Parts: sequence; structure tokens; C-alpha cells
Amino acid sequence: MPQVSLTRRISTHESQSVTLLLIAVALSYLVLFLGLPLYAVFYQALSKGWKLYWEALKEPDALSAIKLTLLTAAIAVPANLVFGVAAAWAIAKFEFKGKSALITLIDLPFAVSPVVSGLIYVLLFGAQGWFGPWLQAHDIKLIFAVPGIVLATIFVTFPFIARELIPLMQAQGKEEEEAAISLGASGWQTFWRVTLPNIKWGLLYGVILCNARAMGEFGAVSVVSGHIRGMTNTMPLHVEILYNEYNFVAAFSVASLLALLALVTLVIKSLVEWRAKSNGNPLH
Amino acid sequence: MPQFKAHSVLPGFNLALGYTLLYLSLIVLIPLSALFFKTATLGWGGFYDLATGDRVLASLRVTFLTSFAAALLNAFFGLMVAWVLVRYRFPGKRIVDALVDLPFALPTAVAGITLAALYAPNGWIGQYFAAHDVKVAYTPLGIVVALTFIGLPFVVRTVQPVLADVEAEVEEAAASLGAGRWDVFRRVIFPAVYPALLTGFALAFARAIGEYGSVIFIAGNMPYISEIAPLLIVAKLEQYDYAGATAIAVLMLLISFALLFAINGLQWWSSRRGAK
Amino acid sequence: MSITIENLNKQFGSHKALDDINLEVNSGELLALLGPSGCGKTSLLRIIGGLDVADAGKLLFHGEDVEQRDARERNVGFVFQHYALFRHMTVFENVAFGLRVKPKKERHNEAEIKRRVHELLNLVQLDWLHDRYPAQLSGGQRQRIALARALAVEPKILLLDEPFGALDAQVRKELRRWLRRLHDELHITSIFVTHDQEEALEVADRVVVMNKGRIEQIGTPDEVYAAPATPFVYQFIGNVNLFHSRDHAPWTEQHGDAVAYVRPHDIDINRTPQDDTALQVEVKLVRTIGSVVRVEVAADGSGELIEIELSRERYDATPLANGDKVFIRPRQFRVFDTGVKNELSAA
Repeated sequence: MPQVSLTRRISTHESQSVTLLLIAVALSYLVLFLGLPLYAVFYQALSKGWKLYWEALKEPDALSAIKLTLLTAAIAVPANLVFGVAAAWAIAKFEFKGKSALITLIDLPFAVSPVVSGLIYVLLFGAQGWFGPWLQAHDIKLIFAVPGIVLATIFVTFPFIARELIPLMQAQGKEEEEAAISLGASGWQTFWRVTLPNIKWGLLYGVILCNARAMGEFGAVSVVSGHIRGMTNTMPLHVEILYNEYNFVAAFSVASLLALLALVTLVIKSLVEWRAKSNGNPLH
Repeated sequence: MPQFKAHSVLPGFNLALGYTLLYLSLIVLIPLSALFFKTATLGWGGFYDLATGDRVLASLRVTFLTSFAAALLNAFFGLMVAWVLVRYRFPGKRIVDALVDLPFALPTAVAGITLAALYAPNGWIGQYFAAHDVKVAYTPLGIVVALTFIGLPFVVRTVQPVLADVEAEVEEAAASLGAGRWDVFRRVIFPAVYPALLTGFALAFARAIGEYGSVIFIAGNMPYISEIAPLLIVAKLEQYDYAGATAIAVLMLLISFALLFAINGLQWWSSRRGAK
Repeated sequence: MSITIENLNKQFGSHKALDDINLEVNSGELLALLGPSGCGKTSLLRIIGGLDVADAGKLLFHGEDVEQRDARERNVGFVFQHYALFRHMTVFENVAFGLRVKPKKERHNEAEIKRRVHELLNLVQLDWLHDRYPAQLSGGQRQRIALARALAVEPKILLLDEPFGALDAQVRKELRRWLRRLHDELHITSIFVTHDQEEALEVADRVVVMNKGRIEQIGTPDEVYAAPATPFVYQFIGNVNLFHSRDHAPWTEQHGDAVAYVRPHDIDINRTPQDDTALQVEVKLVRTIGSVVRVEVAADGSGELIEIELSRERYDATPLANGDKVFIRPRQFRVFDTGVKNELSAA
């Protein structure tokens, strides 16, 4: 039985039994919806032993899916990182008209269903899309190919880093940058020596979340991928194919890698939050 | 003279804003506008026919009802989880707190196959329901389960900071005026967190409406019964019915924007109330 | 280095922050920009420092137009209100920053940077804190580090924005004296912004009183206190009693909407009328505050209170009690026309 200590004075507090009941219900809910599924992924993956687990991961199609997922994230995350820093610099350090409209537009991809995110690129670059005939004439394939996957991934992860940095940099103000300039620093020197060190934890935080989504995106990528095994399958898509073939052990083996990624993400995220807080610059 | 931008000694504004607008246009605005141009070619009548087909309406109904149920479930339990995390101390609290974000970090496909396996009639949880002749996986109930998982962090994370900000003094004042614990919650605490709760609910609801990956494995995907709107878009695409897919997509997009608008309004409202 | 400001204007939206400012700052002097918040004093400081630009007007350093020179080339040290210390750098690195970002050919070697930084830290008497981070310092320490950092680049002009604004009363007083001594040692042309009249009067060589984007008066601390040029200066610096009509100020030739301004310590109290212009009043309240005695009186038939300050000795000569009927007469006063009506009739 967990030891419960009350953080407030008794006079304004629930009775011990209500407290215990609330904790029990809340934890049960979390165990049922979070703990159990997390455990089940690893349990299913290893249900037929380590040997089958390894074989599922060593299989060429699985390896190529892992490679494509890493490649996609390696392009999407830096692209959105550069954008996020540029957008946050413009929005947080300057006053200009239409700023709040711009912030809303940056958040837009979060409001779009993943499937629709994929669809818009099909409408642009697909065989029947705007640029379809031109692309075909020049023998360029974007949809049902790697570039489409990267584009769709960039779209769904678009706001992550920017929306982490904007409020952080707004809260920090621009006095330190002004001080640096008045001490004779150039723009780049100010950015690299003053701004960047101040936002590094927020940046890392955004990158971690952006990366998790980029590697795990399913709906948008599914629409533009074409599901060609060994070619245009990312890890989540590979999980789907294996699952639909009733190859559960292999499906959960690949899934367990993604779950591991999620756990690592959560650990780093917690560390960053803790670090930022202890530095006196809480992220939120 | 009205100026577009106030003077600043900091350099790089033109470069930063220019790049931001270019990137935003290329990645987001132009592709999204393609959707609306495509719709425009359908004409109003064509769009109406496509968007109000029986199967489309059925899928929208399933999407909305299950999303609403899941968001409601999360509003109730999310508030309780936030309460427990803010007010009480217990062993492993930090781990539990970190774990709340799991649905943000776990790929939806992984969640989908795992929940399907858990809630299948022979699964760890599904077997208990099956014993009472209740099917969860491959029914709308399964969709609710998946959407509950996906939406879990929203309410917790919006309510948590607000709840932490409720001053102990206010509660003590209420208690000293003779209010019982339940009265204090109902009349003092709940009104303070209500806007945040509503915002969290709306965020979870909005996310659920667009959700695809975690649902399709557990839904069974029976047209008219357990087929969600995003899946119908994919189905139409696979049949090369771009017009049909686009019509549903535009409809969903408009709904999402309306929700986004409502959420912004809610946040504005709650921040204004917080400022008082 | 001297600073010349001619016809400077600055507008923020519909708000006129600076309205035709003309100012001459002498080389080596310590000047205070004094005024209530929103009077434009910080805008003026930021424009001098190159952190903002004026809409119109001229800014000259030692006779040379610096408008086109941006902040990093002006050789101005700026101390920010909230210090703006680089939070991720140690005290040493903060002070060294200006030396490290110099172009390669002007940059000193590491040993020289080290020597200079320690010299500056000794100057502000905080060398022992060189490896701390800003978050670990007290407000007064941060203030001094911010000053050391600004001095590191050997500025010709030093600008300080509310240098003591964020400190508590005791530290503020100490730092005030310290700043004055430091200035006497270094003789850098310095301008500081403050809303605290006591601070301006105690520290500065000359005080510029500002209100609503305009300069109300420029003068030595003595001048602005003893001979305020405008009603605003009268009210902003020190306490003042306003006499709105002739009935209550029989000793003036006042008429129309003119108002007489009298300092509380410029009023004599007597039990008998000093002359036929003395005003009869009733004592409402007597309070002893340290070495001064504050007496509040009201003219017959008027609810308006008049505040009088007496020295202890003076008061002991004629002790007062509530309800006493006495006569007052100012030793010094000034009349200003403030009313619109009056201006019209003059025209």
C-alpha cells in the first residue's frame, strides 16, 4: 500500500479515504490506458523468444524501413529546426504587424488530420495533381516515393520546434541581445553566443518531440507512400503490413523499437524539463 | 507614418521573416490551398453531393460520436489525474507524470496494434468483456478506446498548471467561511479550472476527429458502423476517387478550423479570467 | 565626449514619446534624466545609445553626427534597467564579452583580457565573485557587474537606465554614492534615467526634468529645486501647496486661473497676522516626523488642506494644537498661469 503524505493542511483537505480512492482510480486509469499497452508491446514482441525477435528486426525489409525512417527524420527535423529558429527570432525579438496571424498559421498543421496532410501532397504532386503532368514529363516521382514521405513528415511536424521556441524567446525578451550589440557584437556573434545558449534546452525539447513524431508518423505517410516493401515503407508502415499479414511477432518486434523510441523521448523530455527548471528558465 | 515593423537594433529580421514566410508558404499554405482549389473545380452542387453521401455522413457520425465520448471520458478522468498529480504525493509520482505524455510520443500505429491486441475477444482485457458478451475491438467501442488513449494527455496537461495555480489561501478562506470540502471543490476550485478543462476537452476532441493510425487497427472498419471519416478518405484515394476524398477532406478541415478557432477563444477566455 | 541633441522627435503610434528635444551634455558630466514613467526619458536614452532611432532631429557626439552609426559602433556603454546580464555566462565571461567579440585585429590576447576583466572587477569591488553566475548574485551585485561589463569596452559615453530602480532602499542609497565616486574617478560623460527625484538631486551634476515627451527644465539640482521653471517641476520635485484663488492667497496679485505654488517649508506660521496679506487658518493636524514637524492647516471655509513643514526648533518656539487659529504667510512663492480662460483673455 502506497504511503500517502498530505501536502496541505488537514483543515482544507480531503479525508484520507477520499485521497486514497482518488489516487487509486487515477492510477488505475493510467495503468489501463498507458501502462498495460506499453507492457503489451514488449510482451508480444518477445512472446516467442529473443531469437524470433532478432530475426524480425534483421530481415531486409525491416532494415530498409528503419533506414528510411531515420533518413526521413534526418531531413525533416533539421528542416523544421532551421525554420523554428528563424520564425521564433522574427516573432519573439521584433514587433511587426500581423504577428498573431502568423503564429496561428504556424500552428495550422496541428489542426489538420494526418490523412488530409498526406492528401494535399497527392493533390499537388500525384499523377492527377497540379504538377503531376509536368513531373511525369520530367520523369520525377514525388508521390509514392521517398520525397513525398519526407514532405508529408515535414508538414505534420512543422510547428513542433517553432511553438516551443516562440514563447520561450518571448519570455526572455531582447535585452540580452541589445546588451550584446551595444558591447560591439555582430548579429551572428549575438545569436551564437547569447541567444542560442539561452534557448538550448527549449530547442532540444522541441527537437525531441519533433523527432518522435517524425519517426512515428503513420497517417500522412501512409497516404503518400504507396507501401512498396523495401522501398517506401517506414517503420510504422512496416508494422501495419506485418500486422495485416498476421505476422504478430514481427509486427510487435518492429513496434517495440518505436515504443523504445517513445520511452527514450519521454526520459529525455523529463530530463530537459527538470534541467530547464533548475536553471531557473522553466520551459512552460 | 504607419510602419510595418518597429525599429530594432537586432539584425536579421528580413532574413528570418522572409525565410519563415517562404517555408510556411511552400510547406503549408500552397499545399493546403490545393485542397480548396480542387474543391472549387467540383462546383457547389458536386461538392454537396459528395460531402453528403450516406456513407460519408455515417462516417462523420461515427467520428464525431466516438471522439466526443472519448473526450468526455478524458475530461472526467483527466481532471482526476491532474488533481492527483498536483495535490498528492505518492511513490513513483514523477514517473507517472512523465508517462502521461506517452500518447504524444508513441507512434499511433504502435498504439493501434497494441490496443487491438489487448481488446480483442481473446486479448488480456477483451476476454473479460467477451465473458459478458461485450465486443470492444472491431466495434465503435474499440474506436472510443483508441481515441481515449490518443487524447489522454490533453486534459491533464491543460488542467495541471491551472490547478497548481489555485491559491491555497482561497481554499482556506472558503473553508474558514464554513464550506465543506465538496463545496470548496464545487464552488471555488472547479470554476477556476473549468475554462482549462473545456480547452483540454476541445483539444482532445479535435485531435480525435482527425486521428487515423491508432483507430484503423481496432475499429474493424465496417462501412456505416465503424468506419471513421479519415479512413473513408483513404478508401476513396485507393479507388482513385480524388474528388470524393477531397470533398471529405475539406469538410474535415473546415471543422478542424472551427474547433481551432473555438479553442483559441477558450484560451483567450481562460487567460482573461486568470488575469482577474 | 560631449553630446548635442537638436530638435529630436519620436512617435510611437499615436503617442508622441519625444517632442522637439534640445539638449547639450557637457563632456565628463553626470546628467540625470528625471521624470514620471512614460515621459520619454528612456526613449531618449535608447536613441542616444543607438538602440532606437529618432523620427527627426540631430544627434551629435563631439560635434559629429552619429545618426547613421549603429549601436555597436557608437562606443557607448549601456547599463540596462534589469541589467540584461548573460544568464548562461559567469561574471568573468559577462565582463569579458565585449572584449571577446572585437574584430580579430583589435582583439587582445587572452592574458590581456584576463588582466582587464580582473581590473574592472576590482574597480567594482566584486572580483571575488568572478566565477559565479548572474542568478547567484544579489541585485546590487548584478548592477555593479552590469556596469563593469559596460565599462570593459572603454566607452566614451555611459548610459544607465533606471540604474537603481530594482533595488531596495538601503542598497540603493549605497550604490548611489558609489556611482558618484566612480564617476568622479573615471570622468566618463554619463547619463542616467530615473523617476526618483532624490536620486537625481543627490547624484547628478545637472538634472533634466521631462514630462510628456518635453523637457520642462534643465539645471543644477539646486536650480530645479529652488527655482522650478514650470508648475510640473514644482509638483514633481518636492512637495508643494497650490493656492487656486486670490481669496486663499491674499499676498499675491493673482487673478483669473493663475495658481500660486508654495513649498511647505517656505511658509511661516504666526499667532498674530504678519501683515495685512496674512491668511487666517485653523490647525487640523500636527505630526512630528524625525527632525521636522508637519502641520496641516485649512483656511476658514475651505476644506483644502495646506501642508507646512517646520524645523524642530522653529516649532518649539510656537507649539501648536489642533483647532488653533493661526496666520500663515509664504516667504517664497511663484504664480503660474494655467487656465485656458486666462490665455484667451491675454490674446
